[in-house]
Amino acid sequence: MTEINYRDALNQVLIETLDGDPSSFIIGEDIGPYGGTYAVTRGLTERFGSERIKDSPLAESAIVGAGIGAAMGGMRPIVEIMTINFSLLAMDQIVNHAAKIRYMSGGQITVPLIIRTVTGGGAQLAATHSQSFEGWYASVPGLTVVTPATAYDAMGLFRSCRELSDPVMFVENALLYSLKSDIPDDYYTVPIGLADIKRSGDDVTIIAYSRMVHVALEAASALASEGINAEVIDLRTLRPLDIDTVITSVEKTHRALVVEETWKTGGFAGEISSLIHERAFDYLDAPVQRVAGEEVPAPYTSVLEDLAFPDAKRVIQSVRSLLSS
Amino acid sequence: MPRAKLFIYSLLGDNKNLNLKEKIAKTELIGLYRDMSLIREFENETYRQYMQKQIKGFLHVYSGEEAIAVGVMSVLKEQDYITTHYRDHGHALARGLDSKLVMAELFGKTTGYSKGKGGSMHLFDSSRRFMGGYAIVGGQMPIATGLGLAAQHEKKNALVVCFFGDGAMQEGEFHESMNLAALWKLPIVFICENNLYGMGAAINSTYALHDELYKAGDAYKIPGYKIDGMDLFEVRNVMQEIDSRVRNGDGPVLIEAQTYRFRGHSISDPAAYRPKDEVEYWLGRDPIVLLRNYLIEQGLVTEEELQEADESVEKEITEAVSFAQQSPFPEPEALFDDVYADEE
Repeated sequence: MTEINYRDALNQVLIETLDGDPSSFIIGEDIGPYGGTYAVTRGLTERFGSERIKDSPLAESAIVGAGIGAAMGGMRPIVEIMTINFSLLAMDQIVNHAAKIRYMSGGQITVPLIIRTVTGGGAQLAATHSQSFEGWYASVPGLTVVTPATAYDAMGLFRSCRELSDPVMFVENALLYSLKSDIPDDYYTVPIGLADIKRSGDDVTIIAYSRMVHVALEAASALASEGINAEVIDLRTLRPLDIDTVITSVEKTHRALVVEETWKTGGFAGEISSLIHERAFDYLDAPVQRVAGEEVPAPYTSVLEDLAFPDAKRVIQSVRSLLSS
Repeated sequence: MPRAKLFIYSLLGDNKNLNLKEKIAKTELIGLYRDMSLIREFENETYRQYMQKQIKGFLHVYSGEEAIAVGVMSVLKEQDYITTHYRDHGHALARGLDSKLVMAELFGKTTGYSKGKGGSMHLFDSSRRFMGGYAIVGGQMPIATGLGLAAQHEKKNALVVCFFGDGAMQEGEFHESMNLAALWKLPIVFICENNLYGMGAAINSTYALHDELYKAGDAYKIPGYKIDGMDLFEVRNVMQEIDSRVRNGDGPVLIEAQTYRFRGHSISDPAAYRPKDEVEYWLGRDPIVLLRNYLIEQGLVTEEELQEADESVEKEITEAVSFAQQSPFPEPEALFDDVYADEE
């Protein structure tokens, strides 16, 4: 086993990918000599040259489209969109084109494209730079959406994603890049569409993904000292969704809480909650609860920002109230 | 908003003498004429079939613009890529897609190119590198840049032709793609089919550069050409002129081909916003009639030979309709096919 952080795990898996496939290349803003906004592509230009590590204009739609076209032409492009907030500028290419071309061509043409992007708030970047849109993308048939919460999952999921012949939104989290975890020395993969029980427990199921997994784990540790054993499920992939793992857990614990960073209205937590009610209603001792972002644009100042996003305290309170109902 | 006042009639002059500069074999001339006639008759047939409710959804026909698709495709090579817009039947047929399979697609049949999943606006044929009709205006342009990258990587000296209308030049994706193509010297021919209207809006009411669209490349150091899109030979001339530049890695070009839609934007549009004299003027520059008259006047082909071509077109259309009619609709299970590879 080797301890590695989330950023370096991604850096290594990118090197491995480019080494392994001459048709693979990366396009993105400031991914070249600058090394990427979150330093994930650091050192790649020196190693692979600017032909394969392509610094792009500030033109999200064009660079995603370039990735789509190159993928249609038989290449294996990886496009970095600096943050998921900017992906809105490429939404036409992602939703109207990348996700649809296989279907609309009757299966003639495939788009093996990985779009790496960064989600989440909590870094005092204010309203336009703190959003989480992965749930929107997860509603689109034709896309695969993965949201690794650990270095281990980031590396393992990336290896699975590069084997696909369909477009992937590979959604990283800005606050996780320095987080370390152990990874095996031998080659491994993490299957797409398989949730992971990050902590076992019998009293309540907490479902989360990306950074909220760590918020849920922090809450679960605190709850354990009160004698409450929470099971924490990391969805890891939003589409395809492994709802079976969630249902199996809820059948055991009879109570469920979904934690999500974005707004509750129209959020992905609502989808999870609804699926639990549809599939495991008879097992529930209480209605499924959600802890989500407050319905405000993210504020800049920390005293307000701290209130806008879910934290362990809110999760703990919600679990307590769920267990007392 | 005040109604746009219409303006351009004879931007390129009233000259009806086609600009034939090269020696083209007689069989090829007849073939080019036949390709244009096939598109016109195919489109006329789609109108009839739409009225009979055999074709549904949106239907945008290419009538009037045939010289552009046929001229361009006639000089392309097998390894070249094509992307286009939703008015895509003409490009598809000119590229050699089978009229039976195109018609079947419009009928929603399982024998269509996309098994009835794409319809009129989204024709694809990967075997001919016909990489799609795109129905979100401008959407095909970024994709063309990616195909340009693939063409560079493949090292087969291929180019990419990206067709779009005058309306698409107003989209941000046009400008983003021009920049990327110029910056990376991508082998792309951007072809604007300027038919003067984006849906019902006249170009001079929507685009500041309306009377010189080809100059839009200047901002990106992309050479621009303005040609008569009603003259088959002029289209071929410009494609031959830029061919080596683009294939040899000197970067993209922008061609503005002046043309006119002989019908409305779509089948449901009677195009009442177009002045009658304007429409008449352009109908008088019908690219197929111009070609036909020219070929006969110059003694390059005989009336009988063109007659023969017309008859074979008629036969092909009849067969296409019959094929489409007799083809089955997809089975219900097909609904879920081809969303993802791994679920097949």
